[in-house]
Amino acid sequence: MSILEFSRGPMLHFALIVFVFGVLWRLTATFLLGFRQHRSEPRASKGQAAAGGFSVLGMRSWPHKEFIGRTAFGEAVGYGYHIGLFTIVLLGAPHVLFWQNLFGFSAPWWPTLPGGLITFISILTVMLMLIATIRRVGHPVLRRISNFDDYFTLVILYALMLTGLMAVLGLGGRYEYILAAHIISFNALLIWFPFSKLMHAFYIFPSRFFNGYMHAKKGAAK
Amino acid sequence: MSTATQSFTRQDAGPQSADERVEGAMRSFAKEFGALVGMNIESCIHCGMCAEACHFYIATEDAKYTPILKVEPFKKIFRRESGAFAPFFKLFNLKSKITVEELEEWQELMFDSCNQCGRCSLVCPMGIEVADLIEIGRRGMYDAGLAPKELADRARYQAEHGHPEEVDKPYAELLSEIGNAHDVEIPLDKAKADVFVCAPRSDMISNPSAVAAMAKVLNKLKVNYTFASNAIVAENYGHYAGSRELQKTISLRIIDAAKKVGAKTVVVPECGHAYTALRWQAADLVGEALPFKVRHVTEFLAEQLADGKLKLNQVDDEATAFHDPCKIVRKGGVMDAPRELMKAMGVNLKEMANHQGYSFCCGGGGGVNDLERAKPLRYKAQELKLHEIDATGARRFLTSCSDCRVAFEDAREFFNWDKQPESLVELVAANIKE
Repeated sequence: MSILEFSRGPMLHFALIVFVFGVLWRLTATFLLGFRQHRSEPRASKGQAAAGGFSVLGMRSWPHKEFIGRTAFGEAVGYGYHIGLFTIVLLGAPHVLFWQNLFGFSAPWWPTLPGGLITFISILTVMLMLIATIRRVGHPVLRRISNFDDYFTLVILYALMLTGLMAVLGLGGRYEYILAAHIISFNALLIWFPFSKLMHAFYIFPSRFFNGYMHAKKGAAK
Repeated sequence: MSTATQSFTRQDAGPQSADERVEGAMRSFAKEFGALVGMNIESCIHCGMCAEACHFYIATEDAKYTPILKVEPFKKIFRRESGAFAPFFKLFNLKSKITVEELEEWQELMFDSCNQCGRCSLVCPMGIEVADLIEIGRRGMYDAGLAPKELADRARYQAEHGHPEEVDKPYAELLSEIGNAHDVEIPLDKAKADVFVCAPRSDMISNPSAVAAMAKVLNKLKVNYTFASNAIVAENYGHYAGSRELQKTISLRIIDAAKKVGAKTVVVPECGHAYTALRWQAADLVGEALPFKVRHVTEFLAEQLADGKLKLNQVDDEATAFHDPCKIVRKGGVMDAPRELMKAMGVNLKEMANHQGYSFCCGGGGGVNDLERAKPLRYKAQELKLHEIDATGARRFLTSCSDCRVAFEDAREFFNWDKQPESLVELVAANIKE
């Protein structure tokens, strides 16, 4: 079995199992802690509170005008490379093919972007990640609150992005080794995911919703 | 001006050995672990945005005042003891146990440099309720015997005596004197009343005209109300100190007195933390819904205004700034009532850049007013607010919280600031249409 076969065969399957069960367990364990009953007279009905929850879920990505002056740069960089990552993963032709093969379905309607554009977006994304990394190391607040989780996650993301770019641009040696390195990086990301801050990809939905729900219930600012 | 605060103080009661203190904090925090707390802890992406909303960080640019960092020991406890992979973390010792030294170091961060104002909860892209985590952290600190002595002592005294420190004369007598001095009848210990009322201790001592104003308005509205001599003080030092039990005992004093007179409504005076403690936390602490409504006095008056029962004169054209108390407005949900009252009086309101839900805290809330050692840091944070108020060009300065007024009054003396914080309810009382 070649390294490429290993990376997209048994290793990928193992990584997917860790990812799926790990994510499910982490979310379940959080919800199993249970929700407390709140006995104070609410200011809003459950429906109004739920509307508040959905409002924060959707709107919190855009900062309130009171904060934007101080947070705009950090948010632009952060959201920027997230948008880049999603675009590459969901609209890059090799990735679309990968998802279809992995899940065993054909989706000719799934749109893809031209390879050159994806490469450009990838370079831009890596640059934004670099700015985010420099901020994390250089900004006193970010440096103080960062831990192993933050840096190791970045290492895996860089490995994933750089091996992907090398594979596309034909850099760094034999294509199948570079591709294997790319897939191994992806597998590492899947394995690391449930144990790390990457879980924010799932937690963001209930966390924002319940923040908005609880605030709306009290009539408080959202 | 140095903003450094002195090292931690230990409360007298509670656990004393290092191990007992750590165990106390861990047991206390574990009591609070629910799905919402879990989500709040698990969601953090370490983006640091919360610092950009916090007046303590903005004023000092010291990274240690980053709100989410203030609960770091408790995040660690959660991951080690209750998180999804706690056995794994424990087995490989990936999350070390917290130490009493860490908790002692964090006392300043949880008590001196946080007003629990909740502004950081509005900026967090993940929707983390940082202020709630701080509150849970404070409870852990209390159970570890590490709440600041000033707050813990006052909480215990208030739970036992109904007021937080020794007084020269009983508060009932003081209340009567206030009534006499301002020529206002203040009903005390009536057997039955529709509305139960209490008063901020700080107003009774330093600003009695605000207490008289509330009574004057209620009298004009012909409200059937009463104070009770065993439950006059509105503040809840148990809430400040982080003690569930003392907070509950102090709340029960008001709850029982209100129940005894058959009150349908409890009107909380101009005091932010008293409002939070009674309006949003008391029912959960006592384990049952309260048999009466809880209304902040501005909310109560705005309801009377809407019902046509309260009619107000127009005030002068003086440019006026209004400070939104965090616990009443941003976190308490009394968003519009103060402005409805001001509008009815034709107040020439000049809004600050950050107002209503996004207002900066006065700097004194959350018990910070009571911490002598926190003064240098508080003044630094307050400068931000004073500049915002000055930038409105207003000459009159109103607010609806006695604790905020204490903080502004103190800052006024310290900075030789040219504005006098005034009570919104006093302005209402002075402008009731006969």
